[in-house]
Amino acid sequence: MVVTLKPQQIPVAVSTDPMVPVPYRLLRVRRETSDTFTFEFGSVDGSRFPFAPGQFNMLYLFGVGEVPISISGDPERPEILVHTVRAVGTVTTPFCKLKPGDIIGVRGPFGSSWPVVEAAGNDVVIVAGGVGLAPLRPAIYHILNHRGEYGRVAVLYGARSPGDMLYKKELAEWRGRFDVQVEVTVDAAKPDEWQGNVGVVTTLIPRAHFDPHHVTALVCGPEIMMRFTILELQKRGLRDDQIYISMERNMKCAIGFCGHCQYGPNFVCKDGPVFRFDRVKEIFGKREI
Amino acid sequence: MIGEQVLIERQDIQKLLDVLHQKGYETVGPTIREGAIVYDQIASVEELPIGWTDEQDGGTYRLKRRNDQALFGYVVGPYSWKKFLHPPVLSLWKAKKSGKSLEIIPNSDEIPQYAFIGVRSCELHAIFIQDRVFTNGKFTDPHYQARRQKIFIIAVNCVQAGGTCFCVSMKTGPKATVGFDLALTEIIDGQRHYFVVEVGTEKGAEILQKVPTKPAQPSDKKSADERVAQAAQRMGRQLDTTDIKELLYRNLEHPRWDEVATRCLTCANCTMVCPTCFCTTVEDVTDLIGAEAERVRRWDSCFTLDFSYVHGGSVRASVKSRYRQWLTHKLASWIDQFGTSGCVGCGRCITWCPVGIDITEEVRAIRQSESAQLSERRG
Repeated sequence: MVVTLKPQQIPVAVSTDPMVPVPYRLLRVRRETSDTFTFEFGSVDGSRFPFAPGQFNMLYLFGVGEVPISISGDPERPEILVHTVRAVGTVTTPFCKLKPGDIIGVRGPFGSSWPVVEAAGNDVVIVAGGVGLAPLRPAIYHILNHRGEYGRVAVLYGARSPGDMLYKKELAEWRGRFDVQVEVTVDAAKPDEWQGNVGVVTTLIPRAHFDPHHVTALVCGPEIMMRFTILELQKRGLRDDQIYISMERNMKCAIGFCGHCQYGPNFVCKDGPVFRFDRVKEIFGKREI
Repeated sequence: MIGEQVLIERQDIQKLLDVLHQKGYETVGPTIREGAIVYDQIASVEELPIGWTDEQDGGTYRLKRRNDQALFGYVVGPYSWKKFLHPPVLSLWKAKKSGKSLEIIPNSDEIPQYAFIGVRSCELHAIFIQDRVFTNGKFTDPHYQARRQKIFIIAVNCVQAGGTCFCVSMKTGPKATVGFDLALTEIIDGQRHYFVVEVGTEKGAEILQKVPTKPAQPSDKKSADERVAQAAQRMGRQLDTTDIKELLYRNLEHPRWDEVATRCLTCANCTMVCPTCFCTTVEDVTDLIGAEAERVRRWDSCFTLDFSYVHGGSVRASVKSRYRQWLTHKLASWIDQFGTSGCVGCGRCITWCPVGIDITEEVRAIRQSESAQLSERRG
């Protein structure tokens, strides 16, 4: 069932209190995996939603609560707000039961973004683990929309199993292009359901095509995955300031007031979620920071 | 008139409160509740803790009778002014749902206009620190800002120091130098009981016009300065802040954190009494039929397990990591975040810790073990 509402082009909505959400209506839902869904929202007043790749929103489910979710749509289509949500918690579980026409509250966009503009002229390697592909998808869209501005582009994606892969149709489309290297691997699979790579995502790094001295790496996934990805990238000769990661922490406000997302001196909500690795390397990997 | 010093006699202090009331201020000041001096609404001078003082040490707070009738003869209690500027519980907005529409109604409650009576210098600095947290970044907290803009501040210079005070180490006192409308220094000299009043703002001068005052003589000013200087000499605690950020950053794995974790109860008292701790959480509630919802903001603490929860578990599961987070935030990462220490040396966290953990002592232990190692290597 697909219900489509057509938002009009009117100016960006402005809320004076950054803690007050703005209503958005669910237009379409697509099932990605058994527990993960991609939602397309349109603002109730028809305003557009400009954002930068890597930024996130606070999504409010009426009476239940709010949850930080990265934006996973195309930054050049600000009339539609896209989020991919996995049902894991008290908000996300009922969230994944939303039906087209339902209304949620949205605050955002918040946080830092992937350096897609700064990376122009360079090769780009994108390494994603699991749902970590969602915050990277806007960066992939941007790079493909402006393909001529970049050198070689590699997208490396690892999922737990073939059934846990996000955006399968798009991955296949990107893989069909002659100007992007797309490599996909799964941690484990039954022989009859998967003929592709088996192994963790870091095993794809040695065969990615890029010039280590002129490449920008964008990495998102579980912290353990990012840790080993960084080690592999360093082995290929990347410096710490060529690597960008996206961090996840508890968040209640997204504007630097609630204190929950502190990560050493950083507030993940406003200094992150995207960090250049050299700026957090002293604390990255330290336990319980 | 700003910077001018005048005298107010003890019997005219009530007049000061009356003038503030006439101007529409809700006067808030120290008063005794349940065995402690707290900040609450006061209408009369008689509600101040007249003739009382406090004795403080790690995990200890006791009220004691003074042998005079001082109005401000104590230091700071468990409450701070944070309670009024950054309320412990605040409704942010209400939401109404009907059919397929959602309406969000921001909280538009009237903001009280407070006059704070008896703000200590360390507490003024705590307010300056929270100003930086809530109004100095990309976003502004409209709730804090609305309250902050309206307040009238009567500071009181400390003429005695508490057992857990270390404002001198943190360079936040004991004399209030900026940020007040009026600043009082209480002087009891034999039978004479009066206040040397410094005017900080035009607003302060305006209030004073309606209160009987006399010009302060050089001897009065000298007497006030001497008393404050005496307090500065008698700090109950000291904290060496030399390179403190670097010291703590390079000691994130110091064994002292494990040691303090055996004593810390993660009760969060230190964060509740701290005048600068600003962390909050939010709660969403609905009515029984699910038509109306509300979002409420509450003080939270980095000492709770829930504070750092992300799906799969809490980032800071151990007591050690939570104590380390609090102390390194307060004294080190706060400097990176807001360009100032998060500690004003008021000593509340030491006094109100049920097991008497002492922030100055914890830092000293880390610093001393480092210098001991250094001299061993040189040895």
